[in-house]
Amino acid sequence: MADLKPEELIARTDFTPPRTGWMDTPTVIREGMFCYAAKPKSVATLGLPYPREWNPLDDDWKLPENWKEIIIEGMKDRLERFRTFKIFMDICVRCGACADKCHFFIGTGDPKNMPVVRAELLRSVYRNEFTKAGKILGKIAGARELTLDVLKEWWYYFFQCSECRRCSVFCPYGIDTAEITMMGRELLNLLGLNIDWIATPVANCYMTGNHMGIQPQAFVDMLDFFADEIEDTTGVRVHPTYNKKGADILFTTPSGDVFGDPGTYTAMGYMILFHYLKVKYGLDVTWSTFNSEGGNFGLFTSNEVMKRLNIKMYAEAKRLGVKWILGGECGHMWRAITQYMDTMNGPADFLEEPVNPITGTKFENAKSTKMVHIVEFTADLIKHNKLELDPSRNDNLKVTFHDSCNPARGMGMLDEPRYVIKKVCKHFYEMPRNCIREQTFCCGSGSGLNASEDMELRLSGGLPRANAVKYVQEKHGVNMLACICAIDRAVLPPLMGYWVPEVDVTGIHELVTNALIIPGEKEKTVNLRGEDILNKDEVGPEEYYTRPDFSGR
Amino acid sequence: MNEKYLYSLIAVIALFLVAYAGVEAAGLQWLFGIIIPYLAIITFIVGFVVRVKDWACSPVPFAIPTTCGQQESLPWIKPSKIDNPFSTGGVIIRMALEILLFRSLFRNTTCKINEGPRISYVWEKWLWLFSLAFHYSFLVVVVRHLRFFLEHVPVCFQILDKIDGFLQIGLPGVMLSGVVLLAAAIFLLLRRILISQVRYFSLAADFFPLFLIIGIAVSGIMMRYFTKVDIVGVKELTMGIVTFRPHIPDGIGAIFYVHVFFVSVLLAYFPFSKLMHLGGVFLSPTRNLRCNTRAHRHINPWNPKVKVHTYAEYEDDFREKMIGAGLPVEKEL
Repeated sequence: MADLKPEELIARTDFTPPRTGWMDTPTVIREGMFCYAAKPKSVATLGLPYPREWNPLDDDWKLPENWKEIIIEGMKDRLERFRTFKIFMDICVRCGACADKCHFFIGTGDPKNMPVVRAELLRSVYRNEFTKAGKILGKIAGARELTLDVLKEWWYYFFQCSECRRCSVFCPYGIDTAEITMMGRELLNLLGLNIDWIATPVANCYMTGNHMGIQPQAFVDMLDFFADEIEDTTGVRVHPTYNKKGADILFTTPSGDVFGDPGTYTAMGYMILFHYLKVKYGLDVTWSTFNSEGGNFGLFTSNEVMKRLNIKMYAEAKRLGVKWILGGECGHMWRAITQYMDTMNGPADFLEEPVNPITGTKFENAKSTKMVHIVEFTADLIKHNKLELDPSRNDNLKVTFHDSCNPARGMGMLDEPRYVIKKVCKHFYEMPRNCIREQTFCCGSGSGLNASEDMELRLSGGLPRANAVKYVQEKHGVNMLACICAIDRAVLPPLMGYWVPEVDVTGIHELVTNALIIPGEKEKTVNLRGEDILNKDEVGPEEYYTRPDFSGR
Repeated sequence: MNEKYLYSLIAVIALFLVAYAGVEAAGLQWLFGIIIPYLAIITFIVGFVVRVKDWACSPVPFAIPTTCGQQESLPWIKPSKIDNPFSTGGVIIRMALEILLFRSLFRNTTCKINEGPRISYVWEKWLWLFSLAFHYSFLVVVVRHLRFFLEHVPVCFQILDKIDGFLQIGLPGVMLSGVVLLAAAIFLLLRRILISQVRYFSLAADFFPLFLIIGIAVSGIMMRYFTKVDIVGVKELTMGIVTFRPHIPDGIGAIFYVHVFFVSVLLAYFPFSKLMHLGGVFLSPTRNLRCNTRAHRHINPWNPKVKVHTYAEYEDDFREKMIGAGLPVEKEL
């Protein structure tokens, strides 16, 4: 992939659909566009059906003999259990409003990536098996037989959808392709047809508490290492607590931020913030090694698997006897928390309705799940002047904000992150309106597609986002893309590197703690990344540090 | 010529010939004027009710509304009460705007990749505009036709007629709704035929109702303005149908039976087709649920029991390492 230049990639994208109809255009599974098959060990860990070695490029997928029966039964079962599935199969009029809303369609030009066609892949089989018109009229009614090629096509395209829900914003009936993809993936999982980038994190999370498979002692080591780093740049030693019974708040966040840059700086940000709140206000926040994952790749497998992973959050909060749970910056984690958690594993009546003990603010909107988003929490602290901030420490940054799909369209957290950014950075610029807020574009790697083998898919799908960043880079000199999602922090750097070099990626709490004046900190010259924190163009270091308003003093 | 719309066009032409020949050659007025309409109405009502009931009775395991605006959170952040409705009132307004004004479709954009590459998104109002025109003119046409089924025409219908015919062109005066309906249906059809992307995913089932509705509009317009059917006879027939004393008056032209046959086919086809979006739009769980899932627990009627990996099992797996790292444990070694 890396050998294909951006101009070459874009030149290949052709929006003219093939002359043959989509049912008559065979799908070719192409390298760079798919993720490797699930390893049998990971599938077996969860006790999911048909663990085996198989390869998407092989003709033989080693399916069970009665695979067709399993799928049709699975469809029937889901049609009875989900109104969404039934309605979304029945009422689409194929108006096409969704067609060019999909980042994968825009980036690849592949007409089967139009949300309407993605859904038709499944609908055609639904009509054939479950509707009279389909049974009688067949192809004229848009019905087709479920064949091995159809199954392979499902697999290819349901793992080319990041469940971002952008199309559902535009659909006049609210048809949600994420829901259709989720159904499609549940069906594929009945045959053991998951991808490894989902199956292995799921197995890891199930056994060790997080997607990365970080064992408890290693988790502590990693955070200790961050504490060293923090001490180097700020002169302050932070002391995170783990699995602490009787703490006020349990904190849970994606393990991705503990694992790789630049998410690690966001993790350091959390640690600094908790230290600050402990020292200033006596707030006791604990991390958990058992519940060391906020994300939930079960969401990309099946609702049952999602439930099996999610249940740890409440279980651990109950065991530790905390008041409520604080959740870190993560995208699909918040979809799971907002729209599934309470239904699946609630009611969490052993927790208290969340109140910020420092400001007294009641988080009324979270009174049932008892989970507060850290950006809501921080916004509340800033609003009540509980954080001492020096935004000039972020003067070297010109920031724009990428709304992550799930907090935007599965939650509606749009203004809180903007409020926080504007309070800690002086230079903030919005991307164009059609690319942010509820119309935001996916990073191109969501829903478990953030592997390395599908890099071409990721870079193509990320084009609309990257292009909007490029626009503000050219117009305002933006050099930092802020986001509130761990997958974003892992995948946007290579995306930016490819399409918009010289734009870096950050979590919001890295920006917050860059600006935060920590009691006892040394004179700060560099940020958490070890970069100079002053804007060299505007003022020299001498002048900067002798300024009367220099707050690092 | 694309087979998908060819099939649909042929089907509608065949329907026309069946009705025309049936009446003109075979004299089957009673079949096309009474029996088929009755069957069609029954099919429509029963089919529609069964379908909607089936949807309505299906469980909604999870509340998954698409949030299209700012959530209700901190008191000083202004929530989007309609696009991210926390309350039932907000949901009602959201649904009303969706159903009456096609709010989501109003957001439609088209995307273009320009040199650079530079991607642009332009507000695409035509689909929204013509869809709205199509549905509302259809509604007005349907309401206007109620005069055929009522002994006395209520005042509101007379006013509607006046508004509809305000242009006062021609004799009988041109009714705007019929013209708009035909124009909008043709727009929607041409869009499907001419835009290659839309043509790509359109099915015969998308062309058929459009051709049929165009057939209904054309036959209706023919009757009103050109061939002039015996309107008194028509009213006698329609009143016979609604009062369950059906009979066939003499002298109604075949074009009328063609019109009625098209409508009958549309009604009978309705519950088995995508036209059921009329009922489904009310039940779409991404639009008709409150976005308050963190404040109020949504119940899944079939919430499954699942196997979990407990903390105790986890500690058993890692106890030694946890103690080594100074982590508290429930059970010592």
